Amino acid sequence: MATYGVKLPDVGEGVAEAEVVEWLVAVGEEISRDQALAEVMTDKATVQIEAPVDGTVLSLNGAPGDLIAVGADLVLLDVEGSVDAAHQPEEQNSVPAPSPPPPKTDNDLQRGQALKVPDPFEDPFEADLPEPQRRVDRPAGLVKPLASPAVRKRALDAGVELRFVNGSGPAGRISHADLDAYLRAGTTPQVLAATAAPGMREPNLRIDEVPLVGLRRRIAAQMSTAKSRIPHITYVEEVDVSALEDLRKSLNESAGVAQPKLTVLPLIVAAVRSALGAHPEMNARFDDEAEVVRQHGAFHCGVAADTPKGLVVPVIRHAETLDLWGLATEIARLAQGARDGSLSSPELSGSTFTISSLGALGGVVSTPVINHPEVAILAVNKIAERPVVIDGTVVVRKMMNLSGSFDHRVVDGMDVAKFMQQIKRRLEQPALLFIDPPGQKPSVV
Amino acid sequence: MTSDAHTQVLVVGAGPGGYAAAIRCGQLGLETTLVEKGRLGGTCLTRGCIPSKAVIHAADEFAKIRSEATKSVLGIGVGSPTIDFARTRAWKDGIVDQLSGGVGGLLTAAGVTVIEGTATMVDGKTVAIDTEAGAPRISADNVILAPGSTPVELPFLPFGGAVLSSTDALNLDTVPDHLVVVGAGYIGLELGTAFAKLGSHVTFVEMGDRILPAYDADLTKPVVAELARLGATTHLNARATSVQQDAGGATLQVTLSDGSEVGLHGDHVLVTVGRKPRTEGWGRENLVLDMDGPFIKVDEQCRTSMRGIFAVGDVTGEPMLAHRATAQGEVVAEILAGHRREFVPAAIPAVVFTDPEIVVVGRSESEATAAGFDAIVGRFPLAANGRNLSLDGSRSGFVRVVAERSTGLVLGVQIVGTSVAELQGVAVTALEMAATLDDLTGTIQAHPSLGEAITEAALMAQGRPLHLPLPPLSSRQASAS
Repeated sequence: MATYGVKLPDVGEGVAEAEVVEWLVAVGEEISRDQALAEVMTDKATVQIEAPVDGTVLSLNGAPGDLIAVGADLVLLDVEGSVDAAHQPEEQNSVPAPSPPPPKTDNDLQRGQALKVPDPFEDPFEADLPEPQRRVDRPAGLVKPLASPAVRKRALDAGVELRFVNGSGPAGRISHADLDAYLRAGTTPQVLAATAAPGMREPNLRIDEVPLVGLRRRIAAQMSTAKSRIPHITYVEEVDVSALEDLRKSLNESAGVAQPKLTVLPLIVAAVRSALGAHPEMNARFDDEAEVVRQHGAFHCGVAADTPKGLVVPVIRHAETLDLWGLATEIARLAQGARDGSLSSPELSGSTFTISSLGALGGVVSTPVINHPEVAILAVNKIAERPVVIDGTVVVRKMMNLSGSFDHRVVDGMDVAKFMQQIKRRLEQPALLFIDPPGQKPSVV
Repeated sequence: MTSDAHTQVLVVGAGPGGYAAAIRCGQLGLETTLVEKGRLGGTCLTRGCIPSKAVIHAADEFAKIRSEATKSVLGIGVGSPTIDFARTRAWKDGIVDQLSGGVGGLLTAAGVTVIEGTATMVDGKTVAIDTEAGAPRISADNVILAPGSTPVELPFLPFGGAVLSSTDALNLDTVPDHLVVVGAGYIGLELGTAFAKLGSHVTFVEMGDRILPAYDADLTKPVVAELARLGATTHLNARATSVQQDAGGATLQVTLSDGSEVGLHGDHVLVTVGRKPRTEGWGRENLVLDMDGPFIKVDEQCRTSMRGIFAVGDVTGEPMLAHRATAQGEVVAEILAGHRREFVPAAIPAVVFTDPEIVVVGRSESEATAAGFDAIVGRFPLAANGRNLSLDGSRSGFVRVVAERSTGLVLGVQIVGTSVAELQGVAVTALEMAATLDDLTGTIQAHPSLGEAITEAALMAQGRPLHLPLPPLSSRQASAS
């Protein structure tokens, strides 16, 4: 018998750690080779880690939500016979013990800090308060709220039902400090007193704690980074898409059965691509620590997608190589992959520009958050028929707004305005999408 | 309904529930009237807890001296002790007088109007009081019902003559030669044990298969042993069927467990088959009160189903104990004074003054398990407690602590042993404060004291006793894995 440590493999380019999303095995369970042990998530993708050998699970290192360093032991297995020394954990203990968190590299520390962005809503008083409720493994309702008679009396006087108060003490006991914290949180006696009047509804004092894990934690960290580091400038322009919609309708009617239905998004990708020709500063990634803006020749267009687990941004790689139908096909494939979680790490990273479209739910105006470290993001608002004055006459046109956010550190307002006008011009006169600017190689559209 | 007077609060009954409610109402500035047909203090002070404990104490003292006289353990030499039970009774009555008078003084100091008479509820706001001076009607904004409970009387064993209730037994002038006790619950055992120590031959007749059927068998085992040592006879699974009174007392016909019939003759037959809430005799029929079995149904604020009518004490349910009634009475008074209060105790302690004494606080292991807890138990024998040995206490007593496995939350404490009644204070404080095993083991109890046994029982529950040998290391590791 020997102990075998399943190390967290290099799950993606440049990934130093991964978050345990879910254990797929339990301690004591006999597992066979290639059986999935755990689901881990990196910045880029969620992957399953499989067992390289048969064995019995001795320990699982970490709980869902924990970050594990690449190369650290993820799972300890009890295996028959001796095993390849290269796979053995460095410390051979007869009694397996949960290994301490792996040592952090500078990179880890930096990332760890980024994940712990201070909560702007945090009550400044809470610094003095006991740590939040330890989870007590006990069926609900088995005991009445645990508190001393003095705390119970204070709660009654204050009109507080103790079953809504988190107890920080042993066994979940509610202290005076816990009650103070609850009262400071704003549920005042007046609320309850007011509702004691007949006909009033009871106040709902319920608070559900939803731990930030998995994709949601990544999104939170990414959004905090983007909004705290990038001074955004947002610019909104209205676009008459009547001609574009006519073209789209026509193309869809003449499309073969093998062709995907053309949405407005591939046309916008094509318009942005065309506009980028004169604005390479928009198709870029800004390394603000090195103080270098990397303007990319390739157009890797991120397309924000809503999934059941939250926001992901699959990437149309080398969008400059695809024609309209190719873009439509690729967008449809990525959207499906994002929904069912089948996309690989390269398909979820490396974008140079991002477009966010909520279709009919696109609203009138939005203030999109730049996909750090990119420089620009374009949000597509909804298309609606609106009265428009043309040549002194009010006519009904199909109108759409575009809301673009830009990194104001590296892009000036005038650049933004010119770039947005370039997009507008192409969408309002879609023939321009198919005409190359003078001196440029023929485009693929 | 016309009335002769009006009061903010009217309290019916001056037992531990009623008088506590009335004193607190008065202290809180409410105009309060208390009606009691008997003596202030109710069953507890005048014919229950207090006089019985006085008799038990006298019996304990007498038994100790007699034991030293016959076979000295402590080396004390005494002649042939006797007891003048009439003087014992006078001493006991003096205690009752002192306490009852004290309640009267407290009521006066609180500004409560006390009316001696029988109260009858006429409707939800009016009470008619039958007094020697007349029959005034008093209307009240709020009524607190505290009528208490009475001994259960068996139809074939009516109280009277040689057939005694617990009240009658406490008023005997002489120690009977032979006392037959029907019902071996806590009241019968407390009084029966006392008379056995005073020199009576006591015979218990119990329908159940063991004494103190409300308590678990481990707790009652030392009591069974002591009863046997005192020479008392106990018939279990036995049923009293009839009684024949005669000049020398009474003969109780009993069907024994084997089906045979015997006639047990005693100077007296004491019937202690339980108590029942007093739900008759005060006009309940004129109210529309929801009931909960034989009890008046109340909520966590002791409100009955009628607005403005509260009920406290034995009439509201189990456990029918004085300290529960007092706590309820205080809660109701403060509610009437406008405070938010509720009666939601973590535990109501129970003490049985047998020999040895029994203390029960919170849940036993089986009760905790039945409620859904994953419970652990620590049990420490009092034979290993120095103070118990120096008191010449029972060698078979123990302290048992029940706790929740995952958190150590103390769920219950049970104790049987000599002079352990006062330990209920430690136990109930622990439960009411939501103490864990770490709280108990982290609290220093004086040495030498019986309280140390609670600490040790908690240590046992944690698997780390100090004053008992641990099992061998190997077996502990095996059981831990």
